[in-house]
Amino acid sequence: MLDRLNVVPLARKTSRVVLAALLGCVLAVQANAASESASSPAAAATSASAADSSSAAASESSAPAEAFGSNWEGWRSGNSVADLDSLQRGARDFLNYCNGCHSLKYMRYSRIGQDLQIPPDLLQKDLVPATRKPTDYIQTPMPEQDAVAWFGKQPPDLSLMARERGTDYIYRFLTTFYVDTSRPTGANNLQLPTTAMPDVLSELEGLKRAVFRTEMVNGTKTQVFDHFEMVASGSLTREQYDGFVRDIVNFLDYVGEPAQAHRRALGVWVVLFLLVFTWIAYLLKKEYWKDVH
Amino acid sequence: MSVEVHPPGAPPVKTGRLRAWFYKRFPIEEFISDQLTGYYAPKNFNFWYYFGVLSLVVLVLQLFTGIFLTMFYKVGEATSFSSVEFIMREVDYGWLIRYLHSTGASAFFLVVYLHMFRALLYGSYKAPRELLWIIGMVVYLALMAEAFFGYVLPWGNMSYWAAQVIVNVFGTIPAIGPGLVEWIRGDYGIADATLNRFFALHVVAVPLALLLLVMLHLVALRRTGSSNPDGIEIKDHLGPDGHPIDGIPFHPYYTIKDTVGVGVFLVVFSIVVFFVPTFGGYLLEPANFEMANPLSTPPEITPSWYLTPYYAILRGIPNQRLGALLLLLAILAYFFLPWLDRSPVKSMRYKGWLSRTFLALFVIAFLGLIYAGQHGVEPIYVLIGRVCTVLYFAYFVLMPWYTRIERVKPAPDRLRFRAHA
Repeated sequence: MLDRLNVVPLARKTSRVVLAALLGCVLAVQANAASESASSPAAAATSASAADSSSAAASESSAPAEAFGSNWEGWRSGNSVADLDSLQRGARDFLNYCNGCHSLKYMRYSRIGQDLQIPPDLLQKDLVPATRKPTDYIQTPMPEQDAVAWFGKQPPDLSLMARERGTDYIYRFLTTFYVDTSRPTGANNLQLPTTAMPDVLSELEGLKRAVFRTEMVNGTKTQVFDHFEMVASGSLTREQYDGFVRDIVNFLDYVGEPAQAHRRALGVWVVLFLLVFTWIAYLLKKEYWKDVH
Repeated sequence: MSVEVHPPGAPPVKTGRLRAWFYKRFPIEEFISDQLTGYYAPKNFNFWYYFGVLSLVVLVLQLFTGIFLTMFYKVGEATSFSSVEFIMREVDYGWLIRYLHSTGASAFFLVVYLHMFRALLYGSYKAPRELLWIIGMVVYLALMAEAFFGYVLPWGNMSYWAAQVIVNVFGTIPAIGPGLVEWIRGDYGIADATLNRFFALHVVAVPLALLLLVMLHLVALRRTGSSNPDGIEIKDHLGPDGHPIDGIPFHPYYTIKDTVGVGVFLVVFSIVVFFVPTFGGYLLEPANFEMANPLSTPPEITPSWYLTPYYAILRGIPNQRLGALLLLLAILAYFFLPWLDRSPVKSMRYKGWLSRTFLALFVIAFLGLIYAGQHGVEPIYVLIGRVCTVLYFAYFVLMPWYTRIERVKPAPDRLRFRAHA
C-alpha cells in the first residue's frame, strides 16, 4: 500500500476545503430556491440532491432511498491501533483531507514514519510537504486569521481529540453530516450540532439528508432525528467511506498516544517479571517463616 | 577479617572491618537494631497490615518519578500543558514516568484508605497509639493537599476548574474568605501565579512536610509498637530475653513477607499503568486532555475519586457555608476517634454487633460518597450523597454511645496465631 501514499500539495488542500465550504453554500442556496419553487415538480426533481432536510417532500426518484442511521448513537469506531495498514492509510488520508485545516501540533512527521514503518525516503517524498522538514511538527498551512474569517474560529488541533472526546465521538462526527440549508456551511451534524465545519468529505461520502419526525417531549412538539437518506452519491460506496473514516479515527487514536503499542508490549514483560519475582519472594518467605510457631 | 563491636545494651556483634570503621563514627548497628532486627512486631499480622509498607513504597515511587517529571515539566500557563505532552511523546519513557506518577497518586490514596480502614477495624487508634493515629491523619491531610496541587499542574481544563471549585471553598469562611481566596490564588482568578505557587508547594513544601511527618509516624510507631488483629499488647508478655513472646523481629520476617506483598501490589499496579492508565477516565479524565480554558466549563466538574467523598458532602448541603463546615468536620472527626471509642476492647474481633454494623455502614457511606460525588447534581445523586453523609457522621457521633452499651467478647490474653504448614 505504501506506493499509494501520495499526498496532495498543501495549497490544494486549503483550496479544497474552501471549495467545499463554497459548495455547501451554493447547495444551500439551491435548496432554498428549490423549496421556494416547490410548486414546480421539475424544479424540485432537479435540486433533489440538495433537498432541504426539514422539508418532508420526498425526492421523486424511482427507487425509494435507503433509510439508515436511526441507531447512530450506538455506532462504535471499532478501530485497532495494532492494525498497521489501517494506520498507514489513516496517516495518508489525514494529511490529504484533514491537515489542510487541522494541525497535529504535538506530532512530528518523522515519529509517524518511525512508528508506522514508513521508510524515510517515502515519508519525505509522499507525506512531508516540500516546505517542511521530517522533524517538524505537523502544522496546518491555513493561516489563523483566514480560518477565523472563513469559519468563525480556528479548527481545533487534533493531537489529543481521540483522548479528549474518544474515538467513537470522532467516528460519529465524521459519519453524521447532513445537508442543512439553515447553516452557513450548508451542512449540519448530529454528533456536534451547529458545527462550524463544512461537510468536506461529501465528495467521498456523497450527500445525505436527515429526516426528522415530530415527537412530544415534555409537552412540546420537538423535531427528533429519525433516519438518513442519501441524496447524492460520492466517489466511495458507504462501506468504503466507513473504512475510510475508521482509518482516520484509528490514526487519531494512535496520535493521541503514540507510545500506546509500545506501552502494552512492554507491560506484558513487566508483569511477567513481577509475577516470577513475587513467586520467588513467596518461596523465600515460606522458608523464613518455618521458624515462626 | 571480622572485628567485634559492642553496641550498648546488646550482645557483641561480629562484623566486617568496613562496617566496624563506620560503627566507630556512626551508630549504624543501633539504627539497624532499633528499626529492623531488634524491632519486634506481632506475629499474627494479616492482609490488612501490608498497606503501611505499601504507602511507603508508593511515597518513594512518587518522589522518584516526580523528580524525573520535574526535569522536563515547564511550569507556566503557556507551557505546562504542552510540556506534559512533550513528556508523553518525546522524552524517552516519559509516558511511563508520567503514568507511574498519575497512577501512583490514586494508588497512594487506595493504600492509605485501606491502611486507615485497618486502624478502624482493629482499633489501632486507641491508647497508647493516639499520637501515632493523629500524626497519620496529618500525613493524610498533607497527602490531600499534595494530590490537589499536583492535579492542577498539567493545566488541563479539569485541572483548572477543579482548582476553581476547591479554592473557592475557602471563600465561604466568614469575613476573611474572599481575601483569603485572592491570597491563595495570587491573582483575581486561577492563573499563572496560582500555577507557579502550586508547583512550588507540590514539589518542595508539601513533600518535605510529608517526609518529616512519615518519619514522625514511624518514630511514634517504634515507641508503641504495632497493633495487631487481636488488639492486645504483645509487650505485656515478655520472654526471658526481654522480647515479647508473641513478637518476631521485623527483619527478616516482615521484610520478606512485605516483599511478597509489594510484589503482588506491583503486579496489580503495573497492569493499570501498562494496560489501563486512564482507567476509563477515573485516573486521567478526558476533559484534562484539553488545555485549561476559563471560557469553557466542562459539563461536570468533579475532583479525583479520592477527594469526592468530601466533595459529595459539601455539595449535598444547600447552604454553601454550612456545607464547607461539614466538609471540615468530616475530616476533623478522624482526629477525635481515639476519644470517641469507649470500648474496653480494641479489635473488631471482640467488639459487639453495633460496632460492626456502624463500621460496615461507614464503609458503605464512604463508597457511596465516592460514587455520588463523581456524578452530576441530578436529584438521585444528591439524595445518595445526603443519606451517606448522615451514615458517615453517625459512625463518629454515635460512637461513644454504641461502643459503651454493646456487649463485647473478652480479648484473649495472648495472640491467636496458627503457623502455616
